[in-house]
Amino acid sequence: MTFENSSRILRIVPREKAFYFFTSIGNYTGSNAVSLKEFMERINAVNVKSLEFHLSRGDFEKWTAEVLEDKWLANEISRILRSGLTGEALRNQLYLTVSRRFKRLTNPSSTRF
Amino acid sequence: MSPTVNDKFTVGSKTECDGNSLKLKNEEVRLDRADLEILHALQEDSRQTYTAIGKRLKVSHSTVYDRVKKMEEEKIIKGYTVLVDFDKTRVRNVLAVVTVYTDPKETEKVAEKLAESCKVLEAYTSLSDELVIMAKVWAASQEELHEFIANWVAPLQGVLRIRTSIITKKMKETYFSIENYSKRLHL
Repeated sequence: MTFENSSRILRIVPREKAFYFFTSIGNYTGSNAVSLKEFMERINAVNVKSLEFHLSRGDFEKWTAEVLEDKWLANEISRILRSGLTGEALRNQLYLTVSRRFKRLTNPSSTRF
Repeated sequence: MSPTVNDKFTVGSKTECDGNSLKLKNEEVRLDRADLEILHALQEDSRQTYTAIGKRLKVSHSTVYDRVKKMEEEKIIKGYTVLVDFDKTRVRNVLAVVTVYTDPKETEKVAEKLAESCKVLEAYTSLSDELVIMAKVWAASQEELHEFIANWVAPLQGVLRIRTSIITKKMKETYFSIENYSKRLHL
């Protein structure tokens, strides 16, 4: 992973490209994330229903791959989907995966991926 | 077919009811009993002839014509449209009532932006406990509805949260009726 690639993934995206957390069709929680860092923080804070909703629709994978341009993270999220986790177990696994990725990108000498 | 009547009428205590006429809010346009009866007739069936309306009101068709023209010019009658029962057609659609909670400083702008979309059929602002915008939204599918709200409404500056209720069954749909209003005023 080059410095340029890390910077690109860690950048702040425009408001219209942010991730907006919904709990169901059309029900927006008011939480959104404009960067990987915010995305990681919101995973710990939003209603767990929102995590289940977006994971099942493939929204997290799509946003991380297409907006953040982090294909590696998108693949990891796809593995979480296949694991069938729900509720707080899902939140914990998602947070662990995203926070490890964030740490790795902000400090390349830390945990290896 | 039903005419679309301008919603400038005032109701409740603000209405000035002077004899058999009705004063409209802001603009000095007065409607008398005959005007209201013409509007009522047109709301029932806007395809009926001026002669038929004239007969019913016991006035000449030219009187009806003149009054209708005047109300059209004054934009009291905004237009004539066709009411379609889409449940009886193959047109697939999802209707939803979307409540948008907003930062009070941005409400007007958010409402204006919403009103620009062809997916928004009606939009209103309301001050209840919080300042909200209510909109009736049309989409071809639930997915299209969600995409619209997620990509177009949620990103608007000042949107705090959104509640969406998908309409599953229509129990009644009607329009403000001149007949009911006239009854209230004992015209």
